[in-house]
Parts: sequence; structure tokens; C-alpha cells
Amino acid sequence: MRAVFATWAGKLTRVLLVASRRGATALPGLVALTLEPRLLRTLVRGLAHGVVCITGTNGKTTTARMLAAAAREAGWSPVHNRAGSNLDRGIVASLLADASWGGVAQGDAGVFEVDEASVPRVLGDLSPRVLVVTNLFRDQLDRYHEVDALARRLGATIATLPPSTILVLNADDPLVAFLADRHRGTVAFFGIDDPAIGGTERQAISDADRCPRCHAPLSYQRVVLAHEGDWRCGACDFTRPPRDVAATRVALAADSVTLTVAGLAAPLRVPLAGTYNAYNALAALAASRALGIPDTAALRALATVRPAFGRQERLEALGRRMRLLLVKNPAGFDAVVSALLETGQRPRLLAALSDRAADGRDVSWIWDCDVERLAAQAEHVVVTGLRAEDLALRFKYAGLARERMTVVAGWRAATQAALATTPVGGELVILATYTAMQAIRAELAADGHAGRFWED
Amino acid sequence: MDLRIVHLYPDLMSIYGDRGNVRTLERRAAWRDIAVEVRTCTAGETLDPEWADLYFFGGGQDRGQHLVGADLASANGAALRSAIAGGSAVLAVCGGYQLLGHQYAPQTGPVIPGLGVLDVTTRATKTRFVGDLLAERDGATLVGFENHSGLTTLGPAAVPLARVTHGHGNNGKDRTEGAVQGAIIGTYCHGSVLPKNPWLADLLLTWALRRRHGAVALTTLDDREEDAAHDAAARVARSRR
Repeated sequence: MRAVFATWAGKLTRVLLVASRRGATALPGLVALTLEPRLLRTLVRGLAHGVVCITGTNGKTTTARMLAAAAREAGWSPVHNRAGSNLDRGIVASLLADASWGGVAQGDAGVFEVDEASVPRVLGDLSPRVLVVTNLFRDQLDRYHEVDALARRLGATIATLPPSTILVLNADDPLVAFLADRHRGTVAFFGIDDPAIGGTERQAISDADRCPRCHAPLSYQRVVLAHEGDWRCGACDFTRPPRDVAATRVALAADSVTLTVAGLAAPLRVPLAGTYNAYNALAALAASRALGIPDTAALRALATVRPAFGRQERLEALGRRMRLLLVKNPAGFDAVVSALLETGQRPRLLAALSDRAADGRDVSWIWDCDVERLAAQAEHVVVTGLRAEDLALRFKYAGLARERMTVVAGWRAATQAALATTPVGGELVILATYTAMQAIRAELAADGHAGRFWED
Repeated sequence: MDLRIVHLYPDLMSIYGDRGNVRTLERRAAWRDIAVEVRTCTAGETLDPEWADLYFFGGGQDRGQHLVGADLASANGAALRSAIAGGSAVLAVCGGYQLLGHQYAPQTGPVIPGLGVLDVTTRATKTRFVGDLLAERDGATLVGFENHSGLTTLGPAAVPLARVTHGHGNNGKDRTEGAVQGAIIGTYCHGSVLPKNPWLADLLLTWALRRRHGAVALTTLDDREEDAAHDAAARVARSRR
């Protein structure tokens, strides 16, 4: 009875929010959960194909989106939390959107991205059939604290999962691969085996220089992104585990990635650029196999997947092309910038740094990003955001000449200035933290250049 | 003129944007035509006490802190102590600051002995001080972001780096932030601390250059971006408390 009441309350909240043209990605869930804390458990019980949870520092949203598309292609009706609402309230909100007023979830599968800090709290309620961990990097330290502690908590939660849960782990990330030790059931590993992907030089922001098992230094045959790569411990027997889903060849193009994967009839192509999206695609494929979705369905779905909010979204305004790149932490920043510069272009940028809770109150992470590489290539940068001055200072110490940088306060003025510095027919790259991206997108939407972010 | 910097334990003690501090020292010296060389030294490598004018020692995770504590208990600790006695300057942030003190007492497990070159003692607690910090020192202001659960108490030989006006600082009680003893500066400000506090960066440069070049008057730089970021951070610190 309580569940029905909570469902009503949540759904009513949603109706009111939608009627007032606001995004209803979390608040209905918060209302319903306040009334019935066990609502999540009740709502997911009816999903015939079960629940998949996707967690990790980066790539959750895109991987979840790919997997939901594969499930739909297989004829399933997945419930999926969108727009990055990845706390318990966001998951409940997504279930409520489709639930009957009697508190029964519609759809037959749950594809949920779960904030890595929320995993210990919600995993028990969700009883996932499959749990995907994409990667573990240093993130907003004020919120997630240290990555070691996060990995420990995640490991402790995994130890409570039944053996029937299938764990899908990134073999190339030693912190993630180490989680397999804590699981009693099946583990499927994915990774990039193409020797041409990655270099031999250690990257400055690595969070896993040392073996998670014995603390001896790790050695790398190949470094792909941050501490992802082909690693092994120099002292104990902990090595990169054999890959169940491996890309033997990765072809990077300006707008797509094409992977050769053992056991696939055709190459796996995703219309998103960058090595990090190769990892996302491999995670989605491994999870889709764990769920029993045919490879043919996954291949078709991934080939047409559309980017999520700020994840390489493409828009147009005033004859200029725009590419929206969301950045949240050093590993994500470096991955996104690598993908951008791989095409050899000299980008014109609108770079925006804010410090609201969803961005991280602490802006020190920008000093761990390889801004030097971006500054060396950038044609011009318009800097804005609530902490524009911090970002401008970062660009200065990265070597960007003063005449290549303009600091503009205010979302509207900054967006207009950035468009004005971009020639007609040219491309403007928008690099922004979460709430800054929302604000810039709202400006573009107000002028009719973009839809509202929850209307995807 | 030249300047030699060693970044200590960059793989183990570098989680709070610490690279930015080294970058800032490097750039601000280079902008004054001072040739800079930066080397790194981590656990298991051999520290040459004669070489560097300036050491940077950043903050780390618990695991890093243990490995570094063990390394400092070996010959490298003695080398760093002798370098400091020989006049090298040091900037230590958060975990590095704690390890330069007498000891760090974690909540559980054995006490990690520090190098003992700073007259401070740190004890871990359950509460964590996370947030923007603003402090004052001789008319200058110090801005930063603190994120620590260790409470540090100063002994008589160390003087506070600054007086907290917004935030917690060393222990949340006596309004002190950081410590200065000889040419060593310890602080809980990361974020990174030096880019947004150019006066502190220049103070360290002056101390470091003194070792081999005597008293050096640094030329003035155009710090408009530094000042803008400093003021913005100060505004944030004032508005959040």
C-alpha cells in the first residue's frame, strides 16, 4: 500500500514538472523514496530480464545508452535512467516514468547507471543480473574522496553479491580487474588488445602505479589512457586477466571508432570518436553477451547509437558546427582531448569551468589535466563559467598565449563571443563541466539551436 | 642563474592537482630567465642531498602515505634532512606536510613516524575538513581548498603560515593554517596552492635561490590572471561559510 502511495506521489511530481516544462530526472524519485525507502526493490522485481548496473568513474552514461539500445534492438523494453541521473532517486524516477499508477514497473529489463559512490547503498535493492565496472580514476575528491577507498568500498559491495550475478570488468584497468577477487560468480573481462593503441610512456595522472594486491610497482607493456593498458605486477603474479571480449584492432576516425572483435561476424562500429568510446563499446558488448542478447542486435544498435548529453553531441548554430564535450575529471579530460586532437585539427574552444556540487566544489583537478597538450594546439579559447578565472590561469600556465584567450563572464555573452570567433562553416568545440554544459545548452536551446537535454 | 627542483614521490603523493605547484615554480622562474631543472625522486630511488634547491612534497592516499613513510625511515629520510639543514627550501602539502612532522597517528594501525623537520604532530580523526579556505598572513591572503581528516598541532619551533578567516586549517580549533620553520612551508591548501597565491610561489623561489645564488631580488611579473583567480577563490571561500 505504501509503495502504491509513494508511486502516486512520485508520478504526480513528475506530471507537475513536465507540465511546467522542467526536467523530471530526479525529483519524482526523491519524493517517492522519502515516502517509501524500499520502493526501488519493489519496482525492479517485475523486470523479467532483470537489471544491469553500470558503474565506474567515466563512460557510465554512454555504456548504459549503448546497452539499452542493444536491448531494444533485441526486442526488449528496457527501463533506463537517462540524463545522468545516476543516484537512487534518478533510478526510481526513471522507473516511475513508465510505472503504472499501481506501482508496477513497465518494461522488462532495467539498464541503470549507478554513481560509483552510491553503489554500496543501491546495489542490494537492485539485485543486478549483470554489474559492469568501466574504470576507476581519481574524480571529484571533495565528493568521492580517494580512489583507493572507493575501490575498497566497491569491492566490499561486490563481495555481498550472489554468485549468479555476472561481473563485467575492464581488464585494462588494474583497480577494476582487482575487483574480480571479491566475486564468487562469473566474471567477463573486456579490453583492447591492439598493439598499435597506446604508447609506452607513463601518464602523469595514473592512479594505479602500484599493484593493488602487493603494492609493488606495476609495469606496462602499453599505456592506453591514464592507468588503463597492458599491465603486470613486477613482484607478485597479478597480471592483466585474459580478455573474454577483446578488440584486436581499433580504427580511430574523426567521428567514429571501428573495432575488430574475436567472435563477431562483422566489425563493430560506433559513431563516437576516441579510444575511450572503444572501451565503452566493449563494455556494452560484453554486458549484452552476459544478458544473452544476440551479437547481431548489439552490432546494429551500437552502429546507430546517438550521443548522450554532452558526450560528443553535435549541434549547429548560425552556420557553425558545434561539438559538445563534457569533462568531469582528469582522466576524462585527457581522453576527450586525445580524441579531439587525434584528428589533427586546431580547435576553437569555448571552455567552461563551474564549481557547483555536480561539477565538484574543488576545482584543483584541472591542474592534473594535460591542458598543455590542448593549449599547444588550440587556435583560440573563450573561457567562461563560475570559475572562469581558475581555468584561464590553468591555460596561462599551460602556455596558451594571452592573445589566444578571452575570458567572458555570463553564459550568453560567452557563447556568443565563442561563436563570433568561429568562422562560418567552421567548428566550435565546447568543453565544459556538467552544470556549465547545462547552462550553455540552455542558451543554445533558447535560441532554437538545441533541444532541451532531457528530451533525448 | 639556475634553479633545481625535486618533486618528491610524484607517483605516490600527487592526488590534489599537485603538478600545478611544480609547474608554477617552473614557469615563474622561467619567466624571469632563470633556467629550471625539475627531477623526480620516489620510494626506492636514491635522493642526492646536494643537488636540489627546492623540494616539493604533495598529498597522497593512505596507501601512498605508508609507502612514503617507510621510505623516509631509510637513507632517503636522512638525505632529505641533510638537504634541509644545508638550506634547501621545501613546500609540503597535506600528506607531505604531515610526514615532515614528528608523526602521523592514523585512526587504526601503527603510528607513522615523520621526518621530524617540522615541529608539528598530526592525528587522524573521523571528521573530514573539506572546503574552500581563506587565511591571512602579513597583509597577504592565502586561498586554497582543504580536504583532510588529520588534525595538526604546532609545537613552539614552528610558526603558523597564516591565520584562518574562512575554513578550518590545521585543526579547526586554533585558527592556524600551515606551518613555517626555516625554509620549510607546510600547508593544507591544495587547489593548487601556488598558482593562485603567487606571493607564496615567489617567497619559495627567493628562499630556494638563496642557497646557491645568495639574496636575489625577483623581478615583478604581470600577475593579472593570478590575481583574478585568487580573488575569485577568495569570494567563493567567503560566500560558502
